[in-house]
Amino acid sequence: MSPCSWISKTAGLAGIVLALGASVALAATQLTGAGSTFDYPFFSKAFYEYSQQHADVTVNYQSIGSGGGIQQFIAKTVDFGASDVPMNAEELKLAKAPVLQVPVTLGAAAIGYNIPGIGKGLRMTRQLIAEIYLGNVKKWNAPEIAKLNPKLKLPDMDITVVHRSDGSGTTYIFTDFLSHVSAQWKEKVGTGKSVQWPAGIGGKGNEGVAGQVRQTPGAIGYIELAYVLENQMSYARVENKAGKFEYPTIETVAAAAASKPEVSSTDFSIVDAAGENSYPISGYSWVMLYQHPSDPARGKLVRETMEWLVTKGQAVAKSVDYVPLPENVQQRAIKLVSAMKT
Amino acid sequence: MANVDNGSASDELGLSGAAADDPAAAPASVAGAVGQIEQIKLPPAPRGKIFEWAVYGATGVFLAIIVGLFIELLANSWLSISTFGLSFLWTSQWNPVTSQFGALPFIYGTIVSSAIAILLASIAGVMAGAFLAEFSPPQISEPLSFVIELLAAVPSVVYGLWGLFVLGPVMRDYVEPLLQRYFGFLPIFAGTIYGVGMLTAGVILAIMIVPTVTAISRDVMRAVPNSQREAIWALGANRWQGFTMVVLPIARPGVFAACILALGRALGETIATTMVIGNRPAIAASLFAPSYTISSVIANEFTEATTQVYLSALIELGLLLFIISVIVNGLARLLLWTIFRPMES
Repeated sequence: MSPCSWISKTAGLAGIVLALGASVALAATQLTGAGSTFDYPFFSKAFYEYSQQHADVTVNYQSIGSGGGIQQFIAKTVDFGASDVPMNAEELKLAKAPVLQVPVTLGAAAIGYNIPGIGKGLRMTRQLIAEIYLGNVKKWNAPEIAKLNPKLKLPDMDITVVHRSDGSGTTYIFTDFLSHVSAQWKEKVGTGKSVQWPAGIGGKGNEGVAGQVRQTPGAIGYIELAYVLENQMSYARVENKAGKFEYPTIETVAAAAASKPEVSSTDFSIVDAAGENSYPISGYSWVMLYQHPSDPARGKLVRETMEWLVTKGQAVAKSVDYVPLPENVQQRAIKLVSAMKT
Repeated sequence: MANVDNGSASDELGLSGAAADDPAAAPASVAGAVGQIEQIKLPPAPRGKIFEWAVYGATGVFLAIIVGLFIELLANSWLSISTFGLSFLWTSQWNPVTSQFGALPFIYGTIVSSAIAILLASIAGVMAGAFLAEFSPPQISEPLSFVIELLAAVPSVVYGLWGLFVLGPVMRDYVEPLLQRYFGFLPIFAGTIYGVGMLTAGVILAIMIVPTVTAISRDVMRAVPNSQREAIWALGANRWQGFTMVVLPIARPGVFAACILALGRALGETIATTMVIGNRPAIAASLFAPSYTISSVIANEFTEATTQVYLSALIELGLLLFIISVIVNGLARLLLWTIFRPMES
């Protein structure tokens, strides 16, 4: 190659590289988050809307599970983590930096069932649900169920208990509830994202549990509220602490949340909440942020995104059957996010 | 001149056979001896050496990956190994809340579901392979082979969905009640019927591994030399007798290896199994009861395992499965190798 053509070729290549580099610099910053599968439908719609309004930011959220989200957050491979259960002391120690845990939305476990001839609205007390999941009540026409539903013709059918086989925040909320209402459950099984279930078969994901319940006459299962509403399944009215039988709806879950305004990452349980209209099997979902992000410019974008999520983003929540934060909790969330030092 | 006297050329070439070990020398002697043949250009020695290194290197990389995988598994499961020791292998507890872990229900579930699968698949697969190799004309055996191999192309999760929504109800409403009615006195067919459970998982795994068994059995049976068949036919046997008395005994080791290979696949199958096995870490006598396999529990619980011991226990389960699979697959490959090598000569 002659020197002339060599120079022109190099110059051309350099020009292309510079142009590419410039275009990359002008393009949107991509923030990354990972964690809870429960949050995913809400986040995917919310972050899409945010990107429409703010062209300089896109958010890539990977729903790998709450535990995975916490691990990636600790490893600093993502900008924020999302989990249905806040990080515990062991995990916070591994993070080696101050962490802000912000409530972003609410979830509830509806009790779905498949009983031939029975539609929506079977009444169940909190203790009854515990007894069924312990394996103590085995048939649908058992006296404990019949006396709560005198007008219904309950069949002589075995109860097939269905639970989650994968670790999940919904399981945590549900077992937390069972531990609160049944001393036998608390001693025998306890609370956790995965537990040793005394009875029943496991389905993978909300879809797995719902699929099992739909396929199996006589089955009962706990399923995330949004899923139950979207799929028009039969679900129960659960008696709350005040003695009223409530459906899980956006209003009843919000009422449960409002009963505990001073919620924090160390005191986050809102199951079996007081209040006339509360649904007893509810819980928050959390986002984890570093208080001192290593890249301040990036951290600023994360802070702005999260500020939007807990304020204007809550309107998006309602549109996908997620429960928006109640007013008092929203104020706390805003205060937590603005504590980020960028 | 184009024409070379073959006799003299071959003498020269025979002489230069001794010089064949030294490629650089051969062209000179051939060119010198015959004169009309153009000098043969062989690649210079260094390029040949690079090719050698590349080939060895590629093999080495894969070897390193396998060894590295084993070491990673061992390192990450060390916490669990040191906490639970050997008793991990025979403990039945799986309690994430109290951090008590034991592998026995998963080992049981993996082995029994794979055993059911291999039992059903070996019978069906060998019969199908025999039909394709011996008893069907090529117009039928070609398309039929293709269709059976299509079964192997269906993704695992599709099998799982089909199992959950189609096979499960069929098992629950027809097959399992039938088995319970006639054989209910046996403990393996007693107990509550859910539709999902050990038996359903075994059936789905059998469907998934049948193509492997069929394809290899068919190839092994075809590899039996025709002289053997003709010999027994000449003695007056019909096709069926020829098959059972000659082809099957010769092909038996290969068929056995096919089954072991298919077993290796069944052991590791994850998604299809987890959707139909019921996911209950308990050992029950009944085949209708739900169960749990090693691969299912890892797929289900890995992403949410938050404590170090929990994660480590899951990785130790993975290590166990890795060891079992390597042994099973290694055995099958060894058997197949010893079968096919003498047949090539």
